[in-house]
Amino acid sequence: MNAILQYIESYLSSDKTPGAAGNLFWMLVYILLVFVGLSVSVIAMNWLERKILAHMQVRLGPMRVGPHGLLQPFADALKLLLKEDIMPAEADAVIFWCAPFMVVLAAFIVFIVVPFGPTHAVTDMNIGILFMLGVSSLSVLGIVMAGWASNSHYPLIGALRSGAQMVSYEVAMGLAVVSAILMTSLNPSGTGTLSMIGIVQAQQAQHTWFVFKFFPLGLIAFFIFAVAMVAETNRAPFDLAEAESELTAGFHTEYSGFRWSLFFLAEYSAMIAVSSIAVTLWLGGWLRPFPNMLSGATWDQIFSLAPGAAFLFLAAMCFFNVLRMPKLPYFRIQTIGLAGFGVVLGLIGLVLLLPPVRVRIQDIFWFSAKVAAFMYLYIWYRGTFPRYRFDQLMRMGWKVLLPMGLGVVLLTAGVALALPNL
Amino acid sequence: MLIGGVLVITRKNAVHSALALIITLLAQAAIYLMLYAPFVAGVQIILYAGGIMVLFLFVIMLVNIDRALKERQFNSQWLAGIIAATVLGGLFIGVYSKGRDIFPDRALTVIEDGNTQKIATLLYGQYMFTFEIASLLLLVAIIGAVVMAKKRI
Repeated sequence: MNAILQYIESYLSSDKTPGAAGNLFWMLVYILLVFVGLSVSVIAMNWLERKILAHMQVRLGPMRVGPHGLLQPFADALKLLLKEDIMPAEADAVIFWCAPFMVVLAAFIVFIVVPFGPTHAVTDMNIGILFMLGVSSLSVLGIVMAGWASNSHYPLIGALRSGAQMVSYEVAMGLAVVSAILMTSLNPSGTGTLSMIGIVQAQQAQHTWFVFKFFPLGLIAFFIFAVAMVAETNRAPFDLAEAESELTAGFHTEYSGFRWSLFFLAEYSAMIAVSSIAVTLWLGGWLRPFPNMLSGATWDQIFSLAPGAAFLFLAAMCFFNVLRMPKLPYFRIQTIGLAGFGVVLGLIGLVLLLPPVRVRIQDIFWFSAKVAAFMYLYIWYRGTFPRYRFDQLMRMGWKVLLPMGLGVVLLTAGVALALPNL
Repeated sequence: MLIGGVLVITRKNAVHSALALIITLLAQAAIYLMLYAPFVAGVQIILYAGGIMVLFLFVIMLVNIDRALKERQFNSQWLAGIIAATVLGGLFIGVYSKGRDIFPDRALTVIEDGNTQKIATLLYGQYMFTFEIASLLLLVAIIGAVVMAKKRI
């Protein structure tokens, strides 16, 4: 037991990612943690999306299945697993089987290089950002294959539209990413880097998040990427390819049960993946807010209380809602369930306030908080904006975002050459 | 990669061939990685497997392939095919045996840190003219495609 603890301690104080250290066991542990974390996030996203959309539309959302609908995602998952698996009669069986597999593969493999902290990535490739962009472009293939294999009109049109849209907005995304990479070459050591951890360390060395650098160029590049990433993941307002009123669910019409849940899983994982890219490239990755203006040991300590404080706040909300529950006999189980959930959150918050945990959990917490803010933005867009028509969508991708992206790259390069000390 | 290549030419369904080509291209990216060229591998995945193959699939899906599926596959040139394959194999063996002295005995021990930087220095420094001419070529191709596809200019 002591030897195990010593082994864990000796790893936790290393300064390399498991991939760089060549440590297979910890790599597998990290992969498992990322996988579990992603699944939990997708489940939480499902509940959050329905609740937040409902509250934005002045209604309540799921309230019945568990207190305030907290068990609704589990009920949905159970239903999807038990549904009948239909394959259309004339469909191409090999491609029909392969398509959700490819989309899920593309959506999950990108998490190898996502940096939750300076040593908290599964591995740190020197081409990290290129790898992420490349693998996420493989999901286009899966979607096109899915539409084709369904052997029916609506999925085919939806898939081709979706494929065209994703390919168009990949260009704009790539240009915005190039402009951020340009800014990494301005750090004191003089060389830029494509590795995700290197990009955040460049922001740390230059004492500014790239979204605020060369104002307003960083902001414009961030804006281009933020719009392109919503279009890339087929989410509102760019979801013509899978909108219910237009194309009866688009490329995943003919999929039911577990295969559909794979598409669903891949969509939310892709959302989290591109949000991680945006957070790493522009919003400073795992760095806490104001690392230089409010620096020093006391400010570090105050900011390190934030994770515990966030969970304690959530627990307080749970208990507040427990008090608001109706006091009828058949609500008793729901009230007890909500109180139990609040107690669990409070315990997590208290654990996060302990000094040894507090020091280590910071990076992961700030990264996850920023990605969670992006998820909220996704849901906000879905509740606010009307859908783009397909020709408007393509026009925006090619005639608006692409020139903006080119302009940002040119201006960033020009400013970087002219004023290297800014 | 070999399996993917064989599958490309033996499938009757054109979409299956395209999928096998995707597998081949991904295997090629892996070969680039083993040759310590990570940048080329990444760009291969983005452009070739993620861009060009998508366009291949678009075209295949818009063209009616049902007739091609029902046609009988024939190999009437099998003699010429065998002779050509033998000559190619002889060429490979000749290159390997004569040129073995050029390559070092062991695997490459290049560190992969500077691949992107080295490519950038070469491409924008020594081969700048070639780069500009290649981009001009692509521009001509795009204009040609637009001219051919438009109904009226």
